[in-house]
Amino acid sequence: MANLSGKYAIVGIGQTKKLGKVPEMSTMALHLECMKYALDDAGLKKEQIDGFVSNQPLSDPAHVYATQVAHYFGIHPRYCTDLAFGGATPILMVEHACMAIEAGLADYVMCVHARSQRTSAQFPKHGKLGGTEVDWTAPFGLVGAPAMHAFAARRHMHEFGTTSAQLAEVAVSTRYHASLNPTAEMRTPITVEDVLNSRWITEPLHLLDCCLNSDGGGAVIVTTAERAQSLPAQPIYILGFGSNTPHADFLEAPSHTTLGGAVSSKMAYQMAGLGPKDMQFAEIYDCFTITTMITLEDYGFCQKGEGGSFVQGGRIRLGGELPVNTHGGLLSQAHIEGELHILEAVQQLRHDITPAERQVPNATVGIVSGHGGNLHCHTSLILSNQRPS
Amino acid sequence: MTDYRKPLPLPDQDSKPFWDRVREHNFSMQQCKDCGHFRFPPRIICPECSSFEYEWAPLSGRAQVFAHVTYHHIYGPMWAPDVPYNVSIIELQEGPKMFSNVIGCKPDEVYVGMPLELVYDDVTEEFTLPKFRPAAA
Repeated sequence: MANLSGKYAIVGIGQTKKLGKVPEMSTMALHLECMKYALDDAGLKKEQIDGFVSNQPLSDPAHVYATQVAHYFGIHPRYCTDLAFGGATPILMVEHACMAIEAGLADYVMCVHARSQRTSAQFPKHGKLGGTEVDWTAPFGLVGAPAMHAFAARRHMHEFGTTSAQLAEVAVSTRYHASLNPTAEMRTPITVEDVLNSRWITEPLHLLDCCLNSDGGGAVIVTTAERAQSLPAQPIYILGFGSNTPHADFLEAPSHTTLGGAVSSKMAYQMAGLGPKDMQFAEIYDCFTITTMITLEDYGFCQKGEGGSFVQGGRIRLGGELPVNTHGGLLSQAHIEGELHILEAVQQLRHDITPAERQVPNATVGIVSGHGGNLHCHTSLILSNQRPS
Repeated sequence: MTDYRKPLPLPDQDSKPFWDRVREHNFSMQQCKDCGHFRFPPRIICPECSSFEYEWAPLSGRAQVFAHVTYHHIYGPMWAPDVPYNVSIIELQEGPKMFSNVIGCKPDEVYVGMPLELVYDDVTEEFTLPKFRPAAA
């Protein structure tokens, strides 16, 4: 495999001004808004964008959505596609951007994901994207995203003795970071007791183990490290990436406590020539607290099964050994399927975080995770503000 | 029976033979004729050896709980009378896993490894759902 480490960079980012509850904006509008900011941030003209990747949104299911979004914006790309890898898609889009440029199919690739998930019930769309596994789940009352993750939590508890209080630490730490982020929806600090006293959704997951349901969007622009030098924004170099899918649904999963992140992170570390000890922060997909805990183990920050004790004692807080989800994550900032995890990592590496107490001091390298579907899609991305020599 | 409001399967070419058999109280899954592997959900190819050859083999109905969750949040009015209710990943004696409900006991009595036996729940004239209860001692 060609080593693409450091060959490509993120040169522009954009995020919708509003996150959380944005009933006045359509799914399309949320896309177009954050794309505009990414374009401005990169100092590019829309005519220069010749690659376009989007993540078909559940809130506006349409055939070949990417073409519609691109052309509505006035972008007429050579390379254009939707990707479908659940919450692992935002990182996969960056991966595909690098691949498209490497293959000579495009020079500047816009990657965007927006959703109107919170508002979508008010404006029903014609289509409906569903899973193929629904025949085997819904008749038994197995509906909603929490249950599959609750199965993983149950197995983690059974195999390793993990407790609800340990899972709660992830929510508490993430909320603390959100309290420092003016764009976060949930900013009131919480305690482990608050999580444990919140109602059960699907036991063993409490309400506060579960992420938000949000409207909003984010976009990034990828080009070569060479071209990045003449653009206004500080380039954030793509050092490594990987993706993995170990199973289709949980019935044939080889493990319920080791997921695709174990492979995708290894791919990313290998490409970057780095390991977990080199990461100064981690933006880890957190649809549920158990997701973050399993991913921290899969990424090698601790041994398998030790995630429960790893997240305790302030280790994953700002100022701790490994700050995790410094923006407040899906649990407390907004749920745009991991797109905002990438944007946060870029801003941390630009040292562009306000207020400054949310900035990881002197950050030079960090890792981002994506996770989707029935815990069966995973992506990893290592970013740095240092261009490898 | 006609006022049954919960979701029902929408069988296709692959899954119809399963549901048709369950309706006849015949709990069978596809078994590869070449390597003997039992697979679920149904499909035309063996994920172990890539053989297209299979038969619908009756299962013992004996199983155990692999993982269990309890629904407290109500996702739709049709489930309101049921909460709290159990959903489990059921590990069948023959190997495959499936999602189902453990019934006949309280959700908080269910545990990983609990021995189970099959019960047929004839929810409508068209559909029977395979469910499980604690195995008789």
